[in-house]
Amino acid sequence: MNGKNDKWGFHTEKSNLITLDSNDRSLVNILAEQVPSLNSCFFCGSCGATCTASDDGMNFRLVHLLLRRGELQTVNKIIRSCLLCGKCTLVCPRNVDTRAVIYNLKILIHELH
Amino acid sequence: MSVNPKKRVAVVGAGVAGIAAAVALKRAGVDADVYEKESGPGGHLTRWHALFPGRENAATVLQGFLNEVKENRLDIRTGTLVTDIRKENGLFRVTTGSGECSEYGAVLLANGFRLFDAARKEEYGYGIYPRVITSPDLEKRMEDPATGLLIHNQAPKKVAFVHCVGSRDAKVGNRYCSKVCCISGVKQAIAVREQYPSCEVMNFYMDLRMFGSGFEELYQEAQEKYGINFIRGRVSEAAPTLDGSIQVKAEDTLLGCPLKVTVDWLILLVGMEPGIPGSLHDSLGLERDDAGFAGCRNKFLLPGYSSVDGLFLAGACAGPATIPDSVNQGRAAALSAIHYLNGKV
Ligand SMILES: Cc1cc2nc3c(=O)[nH]c(=O)nc-3n(C[C@H](O)[C@H](O)[C@H](O)COP(=O)(O)OP(=O)(O)OC[C@H]3O[C@@H](n4cnc5c(N)ncnc54)[C@H](O)[C@@H]3O)c2cc1C
Ligand code: SF4
Ligand code: SF4
Ligand code: SF4
Repeated sequence: MNGKNDKWGFHTEKSNLITLDSNDRSLVNILAEQVPSLNSCFFCGSCGATCTASDDGMNFRLVHLLLRRGELQTVNKIIRSCLLCGKCTLVCPRNVDTRAVIYNLKILIHELH
Repeated sequence: MSVNPKKRVAVVGAGVAGIAAAVALKRAGVDADVYEKESGPGGHLTRWHALFPGRENAATVLQGFLNEVKENRLDIRTGTLVTDIRKENGLFRVTTGSGECSEYGAVLLANGFRLFDAARKEEYGYGIYPRVITSPDLEKRMEDPATGLLIHNQAPKKVAFVHCVGSRDAKVGNRYCSKVCCISGVKQAIAVREQYPSCEVMNFYMDLRMFGSGFEELYQEAQEKYGINFIRGRVSEAAPTLDGSIQVKAEDTLLGCPLKVTVDWLILLVGMEPGIPGSLHDSLGLERDDAGFAGCRNKFLLPGYSSVDGLFLAGACAGPATIPDSVNQGRAAALSAIHYLNGKV
């Protein structure tokens, strides 16, 4: 039964509910201290649209949002494909230093592991 | 009453729009009576703490308006509710609560707006859960730092704002946007952070409407300098926890995930509703727009001209407006009324 449903994309999975009360959201605060422009992001998606590594799943807007909600499970995997090319920084209308954020994030995650 | 009533104007409401209009009339040498149902002038401004976009002190701004009233020797009939306006043989007959009647050549309607009654959105529990309050309640609380948002003398840890309460909502019959609540929410979020620097502040919004000069900048300042979290998604319901905190549910629509969070206070950004009594339609034929505010004859050429000849509109009675909007409209309506009295329209 389960297998059959899986075929069509229906399967029971871990809840996708975001529980802000228990999620650890400290990482985004550390990053915003290092790169204050991060707080100005209004999630427009320009960075994701222009990203060199978008085919490999990189999306700065998504990474930032996941950090902000403390949904860290996939962040590490996503940012691995970032080439630090800086194209996203060039297009950001709120002047977020996106490249510096990812750079610092990579270091922080490296330190955590 | 030696002045010919044909040359006199009745201003209904002494909020900022009515004051601006009455001052302009006075300066032009036109006789005006100002009716105000409350015990003093100022309208809703008397209830606010700090003003957008520059977070100016509301009491100082109010004092500026009161000085204008005094310097221009405006005669404001406070404590006087206008109950009826009729037009007969080209003259307006204005009746007050005590049954007194006076006649005027023109009427300037500046009776403002009503705040949406948040208890009508039952899913938020306003009036039932004490930690659910409205934006006007917050303005009041911020006046007194000794109460503010303190809980057992402790600063709050988490506060959430809900945008669009009573606006953009077919369920309460208000499809329109109240225009000022987005920026009010930004201003208030900053005020909370300033008062309680360790408190986390979240604003749940559907769209952010930063239309005015300086609004977008204040929004960015709220994010950058005050670290306020703007979460796109409409709060669907609120429920109290055992300790009286409020658990809210929303969807984070940018992630496509449901979201749950417990906050110390839930603040409802209530919208504006038309303050125009329906009876004016019957007695005067005053037409309203789709949202129920007093409608004008032509949005482009004749804003401020109601459907009734000689009756002019200013401020939030004609639709959601900021204070500067209302002041400008008050002055413009005064000029239109003068033209009308002079037979130029
Ligand atoms: C929560 C909140 C915060 C806000 N903060 C700001 C801000 O920071 N900056 C800003 O620019 N704007 C702000 N506004 C908007 C501002 O309050 C309005 O722009 C302004 O009050 C409109 O002025 P008004 O004179 O048209 O109406 P009102 O202020 O509503 O005044 C109308 C007056 O008419 C009187 N009246 C009504 N009916 C009668 C009657 N039948 N007879 C006699 N008198 C009558 C009323 O008592 C009242 O005094 C805010 C609004 C809200 C809801
Ligand atoms: S382009 Fe800038 S503002 Fe837009 S989502 Fe990316 S970081 Fe945020
Ligand atoms: S720096 Fe990384 S996230 Fe930005 S465009 Fe380049 S690959 Fe994409
Ligand atoms: S101004 Fe903002 S909060 Fe108010 S009704 Fe419009 S969109 Fe909603």
